[in-house]
Amino acid sequence: MTEARWETPSARTLVLDVPQWPGHLPGQHIDVRLTAPDGYSAQRSYSIASAWRDGGTVELTIQRVADGEVSSYLTDVLEPGQQLELRGPVGGWFVWRGAPAPVLLVAGGSGVVPLMAMIRARGDARGRQPFRLIYSVRAPQDTLYATELARRVRDDPGLDVHLAYTRKTPDDWLEPPGRIGVATLNTHGWPPDFAPDVFVCGPTSFVEATADILVALGHDASRIRTERFGGTA
Amino acid sequence: MSIISPGFGGRRRSSAPDLPPGQYLTHDFPVLSAGPTPRIPLERWSFTITDETGARTSWSWDELNALPQEDFTVDIHCVTKWSKLGTTWRGVSLDTLFENVESTADFTMVHSYGGYTTNVPLEDLLDGKAWIAHTFDGEPLHPEHGGPARLVVPALYFWKSAKWVNGIEMLQQDEPGFWEEAGYHMYGDPWREQRYQGD
Amino acid sequence: MTTGFELDGNAMAGDLREIFAVDLTEAVATCAGCGRPSAVAALLVWGPAPGLVARCPGCEDVVLRLVRAPGRAWLDVRGAVSLRIALPEESVAEGPA
Repeated sequence: MTEARWETPSARTLVLDVPQWPGHLPGQHIDVRLTAPDGYSAQRSYSIASAWRDGGTVELTIQRVADGEVSSYLTDVLEPGQQLELRGPVGGWFVWRGAPAPVLLVAGGSGVVPLMAMIRARGDARGRQPFRLIYSVRAPQDTLYATELARRVRDDPGLDVHLAYTRKTPDDWLEPPGRIGVATLNTHGWPPDFAPDVFVCGPTSFVEATADILVALGHDASRIRTERFGGTA
Repeated sequence: MSIISPGFGGRRRSSAPDLPPGQYLTHDFPVLSAGPTPRIPLERWSFTITDETGARTSWSWDELNALPQEDFTVDIHCVTKWSKLGTTWRGVSLDTLFENVESTADFTMVHSYGGYTTNVPLEDLLDGKAWIAHTFDGEPLHPEHGGPARLVVPALYFWKSAKWVNGIEMLQQDEPGFWEEAGYHMYGDPWREQRYQGD
Repeated sequence: MTTGFELDGNAMAGDLREIFAVDLTEAVATCAGCGRPSAVAALLVWGPAPGLVARCPGCEDVVLRLVRAPGRAWLDVRGAVSLRIALPEESVAEGPA
């Protein structure tokens, strides 16, 4: 790990310099294995947050999870200069390959991480695919990549971002806090006739509810790709 | 070759003497599951022993609770390397349940709500070595730990102590259960570190 | 109601990639219980310990089981009727004669 930065008080981005990294596609994962001095080891799979540029670094954004032995080590203990045992990149299903279709990204909490890799890859490639991100987050201070998202909405043509706050909104916000429902997905997503590729990532219940609504709105289930994660990372 | 991460893993575990090889001591009670947690209303719960001829002996929840109850304190050893010492349970000894079951079979398959299975030789269930437990640490056994009732066979790795147990089937020949089919050891003795097939 | 699983088949990618030359999470598994086809990545996964148990999102029957031990792995596929694996166009196989 060459450097680290805090994205929110509980989420830290690790910048990794990986020798012989073959490059990765946005949405792919990396497996991190930690081994204690006495041989005990634990492995977790994390989405890659960065888009690949030749010779570049690999970034992971780790959300600290209560009682998460691996995540809390990566957020609170790991220091720049330390080495990590990695396996990857892995996974080829929850991946955006740059197809021309419009894209709808729906994130719950730290589920935004692999979707951010897609937004960054599109930005780097100066992609023109219409991209919309609907990002459900508890409160303004929990928003990952807030500054970069605002900048990209300004600078990346064809990118829209809608934040949906579940507990607490900014002071000047028009919508009351609440979970993503039919209205949000209808208003801020793409109409089903546009046949967008849809990527949904978040906690299990969020992903199930969102996918069900999208199918009910008329989206083709085969164009909806999901990634669920639990609470024990 | 592994990279050692200084400061990792010291929080929840400590080593202790008198543990089976490769085990670590834990003070919490990790939950491992292979599927959704079944929720079984007590009025619909039952436990059935099926002998090799197909004859069945069943107990309802009330009938199980009317049998002699035992309090027991045992050490448990999970194949994922945690051990927990001095756990306290209450339940019915398998000796009580097998009292009126006539069988010449030497092997059993333990069945659970939700479809889980695990094989245990009959001799490891008898002579005070196994219980159907419904109470842990003085409280009704929580569904995520196998409630309303689970098998407890402390001499074997804890995957043999089937959660949500609902029956035991007598078998003339040993057959693999859910994890045994997928690489885990047929017997599972922690002191001989029989974790996987071929250990 | 599906409860308690923490992951989906995306989380199996690392272990499967170590065993297979193709990315098996992209393969389509047909459930032996209900016949529903599903990408391995979209299976509901419990685990990782004692092993990864991947269940059908339709009927929750077990489709795949993957157990990792030091130096070996077991992949139990009896819950899948088939695995359909996309191959590059140039590798065209002969059909049945």
